[in-house]
Amino acid sequence: MVFYSKMPNLNFEIIFNSMANKKPGITTEKECNGINESRRDFLKQSSLLTGLAITPAAVLKAAEEKWDEEFASSLEKMPLKLEINGVNHDLSVEPRTTLLDLLREQLALTGTKKGCDYGQCGACTVHVNGKRVLSCLSLAVMQQGKKITTIEGLADGEKLHPMQQAFIKHDGFQCGYCTPGQIMSAVACIREGHANSEAEIREFMSGNICRCGAYPNIVDAIMEVKEGGQQV
Amino acid sequence: MKQFQYVRAANQKAAISALTKNASAQFIAGGTNLIDLMKRGITSPDTIIDINNLPIKAIEAYAGGIRIGALALNSEVSENKLVIQKHPLLAQALNAGASAQLRNMATVGGNMMQRTRCPYFYDTALPCNKRQPGTGCSALEGFNRMHAIFGHSDTCIAVHPSDMCVALVALDATALVTGHKGNRRIAFADFHRLPGDTPQKDNNIERGELITGVEIPDNSFTKNVHYLKIRDRASYAFALVSVAAALNQEGNTIKDARLAMGGVAHKPWRLHEAEKALIGKKVSEESFRNAAEIAMKGAKGFKYNSFKLKMAPNAIVEALKTAAGMA
Repeated sequence: MVFYSKMPNLNFEIIFNSMANKKPGITTEKECNGINESRRDFLKQSSLLTGLAITPAAVLKAAEEKWDEEFASSLEKMPLKLEINGVNHDLSVEPRTTLLDLLREQLALTGTKKGCDYGQCGACTVHVNGKRVLSCLSLAVMQQGKKITTIEGLADGEKLHPMQQAFIKHDGFQCGYCTPGQIMSAVACIREGHANSEAEIREFMSGNICRCGAYPNIVDAIMEVKEGGQQV
Repeated sequence: MKQFQYVRAANQKAAISALTKNASAQFIAGGTNLIDLMKRGITSPDTIIDINNLPIKAIEAYAGGIRIGALALNSEVSENKLVIQKHPLLAQALNAGASAQLRNMATVGGNMMQRTRCPYFYDTALPCNKRQPGTGCSALEGFNRMHAIFGHSDTCIAVHPSDMCVALVALDATALVTGHKGNRRIAFADFHRLPGDTPQKDNNIERGELITGVEIPDNSFTKNVHYLKIRDRASYAFALVSVAAALNQEGNTIKDARLAMGGVAHKPWRLHEAEKALIGKKVSEESFRNAAEIAMKGAKGFKYNSFKLKMAPNAIVEALKTAAGMA
């Protein structure tokens, strides 16, 4: 199956299709030809493949016109629709982009933090379709049609979310870098029903590392919100 | 991360065909290990095939067991009523693994396919036979604290990092795979392999095959079970040693037993001989100690992991005591 789409910033119709595995900056004639050939081959093949949605990249028009490879490569993005904090976004992303980088670099939602970038610290925790996940290990292209909530989406206008309020009250942070991830995880921890004791909270919050060691206060904050019985 | 082409498979046939046509393509499901490996340049597929739309996500009972789809999330399995009721050992093992966030992303099939966490496998500046066959094993003479004490070879002493797989091998599970040649069932104990002289191969799945699920036969291990995981911190760390223990007790006698260890070998390590030694014996620390000694036959440690030779049998005794309600 081939996707047809209209990109708003371009004046021609694009058939989204694949790219060859191109190494940027390498432009020997032989390799350029190889890339062009493999692209065309792929275009031919892809129409025969059923049941496979082939995403972004090489622009047929660019291949036909034999445009400069570097320029073509800049178009090798795929369309992505998702909802972030209640707002619909119509985006175009390079397949390598993680959800974390999309949020921070493309949408300026810098509340979500990049800690380790390898799924070991929890600073990048966001909710996808209501589940807490690590945005650094999620490819943006794989979030098609999903609902994302980040720390920016928790408060109700000027009114802080009960968990944000509790973190302030209990001094649940020092430097604050892990805090957005801690709060997103804490909200999910209560929603999942895993905040019934201090031990359970510690176990189910273990994916969020705090190098300042604010753990006792974080646990206190979560306990208070849980026991307060407020809707989180 | 190197550039790649992203494709989304709508059915199994298309997924398998896309994988078969391109030697550099890889499936992606949860991505929690693959994206990590791609970021570090340890693997660089030129195509990734997103299989998340395939209808292999259900957890359901069949006559004689339960079947868990390969795309079921680790958290979905550990919270599933059928699983908790029939195989609490599996739920315990899953909850001992990773973090709540990762369990919400990682799938059953992906858990089986995850690579070792040997630090030398992840350090592209150093030799590793698993990452680059023929270059040598840095762990043999290196910092091998996390490494294997069973079944290792001169070429690799890495361990398989999964907790889930330790429970599955103890519970006599079967892996379901499909490929061009049709469907295949692999006993879970034969799914992963020992390193031998081909440590680059973690398991016996063939190129072009897709894991569709796991079947666990009904058994009598619904009550006296325990998954004990010993690690460097209280939670969210890979096992130094883990033990999956399941007992079927009748009064004070052990009718049947299942035992497996994690963090000690290149594959989840089932302890058949120790199980046999438990059957018919009294539920006692003495029986457990005897089984633990049998379990340790053939173990060999290295410079920094010899502590496991003591820790492992103690962990077996502790896990069995907890399973039996003695701890």
